Amino acid sequence: MTKPQVGVVVFPGSNCEQDVVHAFRYLGAEARYIWHHETDVSGFDVLVLPGGFAYGDYLRTGAIAAFSPIMDSVRAFAHEGGPVIGICNGFQILCEAGLLPGALRRNTGLKFRCIPVQVRVETTASPFTSSAGEGQVLEIPINHFEGNYFCDDETLSVLERDNRIAFRYCSPDGETTAEANPNGALANIAGIISEAGNVLGMMPHPERAIDPEVGGTDGEVIFRSVMAASSLVTQG
Amino acid sequence: MSTPEDLHRQLGLTDEEYERIEGILEREPNRAELAMFSVMWSEHCSYKSSRIHLKTLPSEGPDILVGPGEGAGIVKVGDLAVALRLESHNHPSFVEPFQGAATGIGGVVRDVLSVGARPIALFDPLRFGPLPVEGRVPQTVGERNRFLVEGVVSGISSYGNCIGVPTVGGEVKFEDCYSGNPLVNVMCIGVAPVERIHHARADGPGNKVLLLGSKTGRDGIGGVSVLASASFGDDDADKRPSVQVGDPFTEKLLIEACLELMEAGLVVGIQDLGGAGLSCATSESAANAGNGMKVNLEAVPRREQGMEPFEVLISESQERMLVIVEEKDAERALSICDKWGLAASVIGEVAAGGRLEVTDNGSIIADVPAASLGDGPIYDRPIQAPHWIEDLARQEVGASPPDDLGKTLLELLAAPNIASKSWVWEQFDHQVMLGTVVTPGHDAAVIRLPSSSERIAVSTDGNGRYCYLDPFLGAQHAVAEAYRNVSAVGARPIAITNCLNFGNPERPEVMWQFAESVRGMGEACMALGTPVTGGNVSFYNETSGSAIYPTPVVGMVGVMPRDVIPPPIGFQNEGDVIALVGMTSDDLGGGEYARTILGKIGGRVPRLDLGTEATNGTVVRRLIELGLVSSTHDCSEGGIGVTVAESCIAGGIGASLELDDELAPHVWLFSESPSRYVISYPESRSDEVIELVAGSNGHIARIGAVGGNELIWGPEIRLDLETLTATYKRSFAEAMGYAR
Amino acid sequence: MKFEVAIDVMPRREISDPQGQTIERALPTLGFDGFESVRVGKRIAVVMEAETEAQARDIIEQACQRFLTNPQIEHFSYSLTVMQGTT
Repeated sequence: MTKPQVGVVVFPGSNCEQDVVHAFRYLGAEARYIWHHETDVSGFDVLVLPGGFAYGDYLRTGAIAAFSPIMDSVRAFAHEGGPVIGICNGFQILCEAGLLPGALRRNTGLKFRCIPVQVRVETTASPFTSSAGEGQVLEIPINHFEGNYFCDDETLSVLERDNRIAFRYCSPDGETTAEANPNGALANIAGIISEAGNVLGMMPHPERAIDPEVGGTDGEVIFRSVMAASSLVTQG
Repeated sequence: MSTPEDLHRQLGLTDEEYERIEGILEREPNRAELAMFSVMWSEHCSYKSSRIHLKTLPSEGPDILVGPGEGAGIVKVGDLAVALRLESHNHPSFVEPFQGAATGIGGVVRDVLSVGARPIALFDPLRFGPLPVEGRVPQTVGERNRFLVEGVVSGISSYGNCIGVPTVGGEVKFEDCYSGNPLVNVMCIGVAPVERIHHARADGPGNKVLLLGSKTGRDGIGGVSVLASASFGDDDADKRPSVQVGDPFTEKLLIEACLELMEAGLVVGIQDLGGAGLSCATSESAANAGNGMKVNLEAVPRREQGMEPFEVLISESQERMLVIVEEKDAERALSICDKWGLAASVIGEVAAGGRLEVTDNGSIIADVPAASLGDGPIYDRPIQAPHWIEDLARQEVGASPPDDLGKTLLELLAAPNIASKSWVWEQFDHQVMLGTVVTPGHDAAVIRLPSSSERIAVSTDGNGRYCYLDPFLGAQHAVAEAYRNVSAVGARPIAITNCLNFGNPERPEVMWQFAESVRGMGEACMALGTPVTGGNVSFYNETSGSAIYPTPVVGMVGVMPRDVIPPPIGFQNEGDVIALVGMTSDDLGGGEYARTILGKIGGRVPRLDLGTEATNGTVVRRLIELGLVSSTHDCSEGGIGVTVAESCIAGGIGASLELDDELAPHVWLFSESPSRYVISYPESRSDEVIELVAGSNGHIARIGAVGGNELIWGPEIRLDLETLTATYKRSFAEAMGYAR
Repeated sequence: MKFEVAIDVMPRREISDPQGQTIERALPTLGFDGFESVRVGKRIAVVMEAETEAQARDIIEQACQRFLTNPQIEHFSYSLTVMQGTT
């Protein structure tokens, strides 16, 4: 079986690209960097927009990166059903680029937060969570200043109706309480999925919870799910 | 208009120094040259007061690849070069805490980058005046201190997080003396393959000189503003920013572009632009290679119009690097910068003959021997022991015990100096790069190195209060505590860097503090086998004639093999033995108990036996290596009481301590005798542990057992874990005004 | 009287504005040409009560100097209008 090919997009100011590449390679995938000026994404099974501070977060987080040349290719890749993951700043870029609905606002505490949080898997019917259990609680670190997810009521009801909320912040025993919400996100939302089901945006950093030596292994299930899904696509 | 004779004094140059400049040039210096000399010969750039003392520090050893003098010191760890540098940004952080701290990080990161290393970790040893909650200073002063803490922490968070270098350690300490002068020290660690170490050398006449990064503005030139042409007008002061704004995005691009240039083998020499800006970077790199340099100022991209040549020459605008490349490589180098969206220009070339020639659109601005700018005066300033030293030492601290030992312990755990600083470090990305094996909040950070079988452990330490009472011994304690912290995670200390924060060196008692501190540090580094790879001196830390405590800060690096697991600081297993490695004496002098509980700064600083320190460190490392211990924790501020409480809190489990019949209860609990560790291990390992320690001439004593959900000590202390944890973990956020 | 006040806070000219510079560099790459001297500030909108316009201006200026801006790196300007129907 060929290894899944993961492309990790690098914008000026990205800073988690090496960690994402390390994590996928650690799990047995092939992973390579794609400079944001490139436009050719053929040969990749999964695209990842990593965390960081693309363009220094200037203007609005993700706003300038959303117009990078690579983004048209990411859009086309997604339209053809290719799985795309945006982590943290990558999530913000996907929202600015219109690939996901809503926006990420400043944390309600008005502080940057780098802490481990618990999230509950809300759906297993996605290529990103298929290997997880419904309601499974994962401990994954967050690392952001703007992670406070917001969308209008109508969008929220569509997200809920269509099972497009991937993760919600929760207590260690799986309760989606206000105390468990680290940034004020609407309905404790930590991650959402696109209408077609193949684009995931999430604030927590699964790549920081892959290697047992640093940060635990709870993020593994997300990357393993998408690797399994992509190899099905490749083989099919 | 003022004559040059008046000018040089206004620029801080003495008459003798001015005469020396005339001698070097064999003529009167022009305005631009005077500007360059005055900045380069300033204390900050020339180390003119400190140099004769610093050269007494031990700087050689088997692990040292590059000692003092370069942008950063370098030690060898396996096949890798590990660069370390500690710097101060005290004054800018007092003026504008957010930007001051942010640009402090930018500067130290470029230092590490300039030796060819990728920055992989940051540490921030910080000192502030007391928070309002302590009631030690007037309310307005306390509030100003809190504002400074908030700003400095936000600035570090903003800049460090953006450039993607994890902040994995540091300290936050409070003393009255820092109210008017906080200390913002920043340490950066970098890593490179040994063969890729670079130097600040402009070799090869004809090679091109590139300036990378941000445009040049009127930053950091306030001190020489008297040089502005009279025609410039009075509102000129407005045009010179008193605050520099950091641009972490450009810094990140600078890191990536410089590393790519180095990996492509295009870099002949490289230097960061820091103090004295272009004047320093061009003259120093040329002089280091025995060369000169021709610089065309008109090629320097500027942020604003109408800048005078001298302003461009000494501007300290942030996020800039000087890179020397061969002529044939210049185009390729520029295109790599362009790929990263980083501005870069050719501003001159290396010249034979040793002269630094600066022109602006053809007219000569400066023409000086490159080496002369870095060859400033050296002073042996008078020293005099201050009169207060003996009085302070005689002060009685802690003769009578407190009424309630349990309450006293809680008060110490809640004190801003001791309480958990998670409020601070949770605002820092301490995980990016996936190298942080031991996170902030432990004795030392442990970082794994890319494709290496070795890891490094790093700790920053310094005790200004001890140094105030006894600078010689206090500086030794700084080294010893760092040694202990690094040993407590299982690493073998190999080197230090330092940042020496002091008052005005022209005052003999400050100079005495400095000389004594350096002497103490040198002896300790010699005894503990940790040479000094370089450092930074920050003088003139005082407001209204009142100096800070002499505060030498040490950043120590240790190494450990990958297969040695650093033990946690928290107790792990019900029933484990709790033991103390090292001996406890009556050492409350200068300690946290005396300061926080008794409100006294005085007494004798604890005696320190460096031989015992080395022995106990070696023993603890051996215990860790053999996997015999469940937990280790350095025992320092707040003594056994605080240390054991921290181990309970971190492990989420209680402990019962046994009574000691030799020392008074409060002395035994809160004494800060050095060279001690609190460890825990399973009863079944007891014989092995004791045998190993005794066999190494170490001292170990059983002091209790792990278990339950209370911390119990005789009839005097009975505190439940929940109270301990809440006090320790919440107090700092509350003191900052955040109830959580 | 009630006043509607719009306070514009801008980085001072001589202070580096990394955000403005980055946006300036990005604009042409997105096909928006002809922009220069991009600087980014913020607007603070407030409604306030004061006896007279002069008093309102005095309070705003003090608030700006002491709290709403950092005079070392920012300057401010503001516009003030009397809200209809207030006396």
